[in-house]
Amino acid sequence: MASDGTGDEGIVASGVDGVRAEVGTLPDIGRREAGGWLVPAAAALAVAALPLVLSPYGQDVVVRIAIYAIFALSLELLVGATGLVSLGHAAFLGIGAYVAVLASGDSGASLALLVAMAMAAAAAYALVVGTLSLRTRGVYFIMVTLAFAQMAYFVVHDTKAAGGSDGIFLYVKPTLAIGATTLLDLGQRASFYYTVLAALVATYAFIALLLGSRFGHALAGIRVNEQRMRAAGFSTTPYKLAAFTVAGALAGLAGLLLAVKDGAVNPELLSWHESGAVLLMLIFGGIGSLRGAVLGAVAFTLLKELFQSEALLGPLASHWQLTLGLTIIAFVAALPRGLIGLGARVRGLTSNRAARPAPGGST
Amino acid sequence: MSAAIGDGSHPREQRAASLLEAIGLGRRFRGLAAVDNVSIDIGVGEIHAVIGTNGAGKSTLINMLSGELVPSAGTVRFAGHDVTRWPQPRRARAGLGRSYQRTTIFGEFSVLENCRLAAQASEPRPWFVWERAARDWRGVAIATRALAAAGLADDAGRVASTLSHGAKRQLEIAMCLATAPRALLLDEPLAGMGAEETGRMLALLSELKKTHAILLVEHDMDAVFRVADRITVMVNGQVIASDVPERIRIDPAVRLAYLGNGH
Repeated sequence: MASDGTGDEGIVASGVDGVRAEVGTLPDIGRREAGGWLVPAAAALAVAALPLVLSPYGQDVVVRIAIYAIFALSLELLVGATGLVSLGHAAFLGIGAYVAVLASGDSGASLALLVAMAMAAAAAYALVVGTLSLRTRGVYFIMVTLAFAQMAYFVVHDTKAAGGSDGIFLYVKPTLAIGATTLLDLGQRASFYYTVLAALVATYAFIALLLGSRFGHALAGIRVNEQRMRAAGFSTTPYKLAAFTVAGALAGLAGLLLAVKDGAVNPELLSWHESGAVLLMLIFGGIGSLRGAVLGAVAFTLLKELFQSEALLGPLASHWQLTLGLTIIAFVAALPRGLIGLGARVRGLTSNRAARPAPGGST
Repeated sequence: MSAAIGDGSHPREQRAASLLEAIGLGRRFRGLAAVDNVSIDIGVGEIHAVIGTNGAGKSTLINMLSGELVPSAGTVRFAGHDVTRWPQPRRARAGLGRSYQRTTIFGEFSVLENCRLAAQASEPRPWFVWERAARDWRGVAIATRALAAAGLADDAGRVASTLSHGAKRQLEIAMCLATAPRALLLDEPLAGMGAEETGRMLALLSELKKTHAILLVEHDMDAVFRVADRITVMVNGQVIASDVPERIRIDPAVRLAYLGNGH
């Protein structure tokens, strides 16, 4: 019986069918959320229908939310999935944005080329930062990622080619063309709206696919207990570096879209405020859930719009950081597991002795 | 086992070829020798227990054998390779498994997933992101066998954190087995166990030693003398005796330094 436990390849190969019949399906404890694919799919369809009822300004807000949702999802891959809390994620957003604008030049460029360049540049910087920062852990990792982001910030801030503290304008919005036919012109509102939505759906689906794979399960293992993973034989650093690089590339994609949306870039895109804001979105929405990351981006952006609105709040609008900060503190105090935990919370309050799901060993 | 009888000075020649061997291993922390010139070897078919008081250097020794700590001096050989400079994951993939004194299972995963994940290490294929972990039948097959071997077959679907303490220790062993190790380094697998759980674990270890080389660090003296084929006694980072249990029991140096105050 013990020899079976050694996992002899021959025995295993012949026994797989037997195990398959016996076990059925493996209980997927990764990140199964209620409704499976239906909920995000329905949400995407609803967002696709929104331009029918929304004003151009409203559509702009939706686009901004969707871009920040991509950014938040990319950080969720690090924070929620792998347990790496980075406070320098805006560097990759900013690099993607700047590369897109610089590569676009005065005459514009193909969207495909810009996407490839922005993501590659952000991934390359993430590879360097990851290689150096992943040797540290916990609060040191937070500080090292912050330091590298600040470094990128000051390089951009003090470089003439990048426009210094003023930033640079994107003169021509990118297009996607085959031959002479233009398939997509991001200068058009509707085209841009659906491009951003498609990018969000693709990012969400890609990260969901990643997390359900063996690679994703290894990342989850690293999050829960990295030492145990090493003892099992996983060289954990390459896994973390891969996650860090992929997250950087996706943040670069968000940066490109943000640059196209605003038609300009400036160094503030790389600032630690931006890194802090995206981390707040995750905390707000609920760390450990892709839906939470999207929800956090929605709530954060809408609240920011609300508190910045002079029409609604008058002179208080100029102190939006204060009101937004207090609101988030209140939310987090009431919902420690984020907005995504709201459903469970409500259920817990209504049914007084409901069997609560195991909260998981979040140590 | 019968092959474990040695003359005390050079027992290696009388036994099956050793699988894991440490020669003159030492580790200093800020000038203080936690482990000093320790040589130890284990072979398939035996349980080699390491005992000693707290601070004797047992944990440092096991950490150097598993690759978590780089030794200041000495060599570690495993299956004919000099693995002294190998990092822990590489040693683990080569067949050097270990369990921890504190339970280190993945509490929020299912019992089966704990073992499947451990089995994945030997065939990681990280770039095949379209391969669902839920369809990793090879891993499930290995994990199912490891759970059966460790006596946890009926608990495969449970969330690991809901297991009893004893079952968690069994899972710890099962995860170790799922990596297909040839040598097991077990750090106090009996810690906190009741009599019944201890009996079950000892039966499991006796079964496992037929096919594995086992190094057992343990505080429970009764258990050690029941299952160990050889016992090495450490005091202040040094080996003061290494022999079969019958001779360790009557060794004057051991009685003086270790058993003397309690027995």
